[in-house]
Amino acid sequence: MQHSGVWILAEQQGGRVQRISHELLTRGRALADKRGCELAAVIFGNRIDDADLAELLERGADRVIAMESPRLEHFLIEPYAACLLKLLADRRPEIVIAGATTTGRTLMPYVAILAHAGLTADCTELDIEEKTGNLLQTRPAIGGNILATIKTPRHRPQMATVRPRSTRPADRTPGRVGEIERLAAPADLPPSRVRRVDFVPNADEHGLQDADAVVAVGRGIKKADNLPVARKLADALGAALGATRDVVDRGWLSYPHQIGLSGKTVTPRLYVALGVSGSIQHLAGMQTAETIVAVNTDPDAQIFRVADVGIVGSLFDVAPALTVKLRAAQGKPGGEGTER
Amino acid sequence: MRIVVPIKQVPETNAVRMDEATGTMIREGVEAIINPLDLYAIEAAIRLRESHGGEVTAVSMGPPKAMTALREAMAMGCDTAVLLSDKAFAGSDTWATSYVLSAAVRRLGEFDLVLCGERATDGDTGQVGPGIAAFLGLPVVSYVSRIESVSDGRCRMHRLVEDGYEVLEADLPCVLTVVKEISDPRLPTLRGKQKAKRADVPVWTMGDLDVEPSKLGLEGSPTRVVKIFRPSVARKCEKLVAADETSVALAADRVVEFLQTRELI
Ligand SMILES: Cc1cc2nc3c(=O)[nH]c(=O)nc-3n(C[C@H](O)[C@H](O)[C@H](O)COP(=O)(O)OP(=O)(O)OC[C@H]3O[C@@H](n4cnc5c(N)ncnc54)[C@H](O)[C@@H]3O)c2cc1C
Ligand SMILES: Cc1cc2nc3c(=O)[nH]c(=O)nc-3n(C[C@H](O)[C@H](O)[C@H](O)COP(=O)(O)OP(=O)(O)OC[C@H]3O[C@@H](n4cnc5c(N)ncnc54)[C@H](O)[C@@H]3O)c2cc1C
Repeated sequence: MQHSGVWILAEQQGGRVQRISHELLTRGRALADKRGCELAAVIFGNRIDDADLAELLERGADRVIAMESPRLEHFLIEPYAACLLKLLADRRPEIVIAGATTTGRTLMPYVAILAHAGLTADCTELDIEEKTGNLLQTRPAIGGNILATIKTPRHRPQMATVRPRSTRPADRTPGRVGEIERLAAPADLPPSRVRRVDFVPNADEHGLQDADAVVAVGRGIKKADNLPVARKLADALGAALGATRDVVDRGWLSYPHQIGLSGKTVTPRLYVALGVSGSIQHLAGMQTAETIVAVNTDPDAQIFRVADVGIVGSLFDVAPALTVKLRAAQGKPGGEGTER
Repeated sequence: MRIVVPIKQVPETNAVRMDEATGTMIREGVEAIINPLDLYAIEAAIRLRESHGGEVTAVSMGPPKAMTALREAMAMGCDTAVLLSDKAFAGSDTWATSYVLSAAVRRLGEFDLVLCGERATDGDTGQVGPGIAAFLGLPVVSYVSRIESVSDGRCRMHRLVEDGYEVLEADLPCVLTVVKEISDPRLPTLRGKQKAKRADVPVWTMGDLDVEPSKLGLEGSPTRVVKIFRPSVARKCEKLVAADETSVALAADRVVEFLQTRELI
């Protein structure tokens, strides 16, 4: 039997489908269209929400394969790997993509070994090679200094992980239909040698990755005391505050604010960089933003190469002026004519 | 306890050059160090030995000069080390790397834990730890931020995930990959360095391991690097200069106008 079809590995928590699944549908739909094949969303869990599964169809899947069991409620390597391996053997997809999440980054390499498949990590770009139909997988390596395109010529399926937030979720077409298969996990699932005893949620989750707009500060902010300049601009834009590694390393903002290769990836509609030089590692976490505005005193700063609008000037002049104009444009207090 | 720590030697700087034809790294002329994230695995292993007794073995697959990384690991406190070096291993992707490392772990005999780093700073995939576990037929627990206890053939630990941490209990033996939070790596001592210098570190080649030649190196690697290039990220940037009060105001006006045309405000 030939390998065919594109799969994305959707994720759930507490029975609710997670956003990464919708991002993967964006990637998967493009590949399936190019390859002229079916796109399936595969998901493991227990009592997964019906409407959420239907939404996977509305966002581009042709088929949903939901495998359920109380033992699949949370990610544990052995039951998850056994189920995925069984599906791969039964249905032989050509391409499998997952999120580069703590689940995807653990399950995919484990399964790739046992399926004797090639796996490319952290892809930023996926495409189909015209002549061969091979998956072309492009990823950063060596601290983001290079990009490598990787191919798996002889082994199937071709497997890849994709960084969360490196694409937008697929649009929803209400009423779009397809097939939903709800399957029970295989009865002979081996007992798991790892058990989940407890879960302790993060106290300080801040919505950087969910924000439509982000204001990021770099070392140009000079000291923590100056942060209100950036915060006021962020407030005026309804934006979350992010930072470069240099700012986090100096303790001016905490690690959850860090954007870049060793921090978070963000894809907001608007990204404003204040005193950020635009190192390759920082760009790795924000260059997919829809619109980029940069303020920097150095006319040759790298950040201007990725910006749509660049202001050569001091953030201490530009950010307050912009805050005032934005407030005025939005008819909010604090705008021109009102007290600063 | 018997603990195996796979460590990778990586280039010191990020100024690494690539052979664009073969897609492999040119390692000559670049100082090589232990993958910084592996130091946390070494430290965690040494601490477990300090509290439970036993032995820590460092293994590395790489060129002959990876011996330096193994001696450094011994200077930190690893008891023994093995270098896996053979031309046949060259060009391995994570599948083939995991294959050789798992064969070496098998040959080392009984063990309780394999402790890997979260990822290597050069290849940067984080795939080798789970890969070793798969070849050994063992479970893997990734992103371990704390080992709470080891007793009665079980290990209780914290696993760092996106929205918090899981508390997990695993039967031994088991493969773990660890994150920075797990420990604060110690520096090698002078005595450790001297001991490491004199230590006998065996070099195992293909013939010393129970492996099939067709599964090694470039030949045994499902993935192929076909192109390497520098990221190009340029956009067409509209540049405004804001040098005095007037130009600052004009620039701010223009940004507001621009954001309005893009319906961002
Ligand atoms: C493996 C690795 C991983 C890394 N991961 C990350 C990561 O995840 N995220 C990250 O950000 N970095 C990361 N880095 C670090 C990265 O290389 C840069 O050092 C860092 O991004 C620089 O931060 P910066 O732009 O704040 O500082 P700088 O590079 O020092 O830039 C400060 C900028 O502010 C400008 N400036 C000064 N005064 C003003 C003013 N008054 N108004 C306006 N502009 C002003 C300057 O012209 C300059 O361009 C990583 C590095 C490595 C090697
Ligand atoms: C630009 C580039 C991109 C690449 N992309 C991919 C890819 O997407 N998929 C793929 O399969 N291969 C890829 N490779 C090949 C990959 O880098 C090598 O297989 C490498 O030997 C191991 O992968 P890693 O560096 O990602 O290690 P990681 O998987 O990140 O390492 C995790 C841990 O495993 C252990 N470990 C890793 N390597 C060794 C070793 N040699 N000896 C002892 N312990 C070790 C360490 O504990 C380490 O902390 C790529 C190589 C290059 C140059």
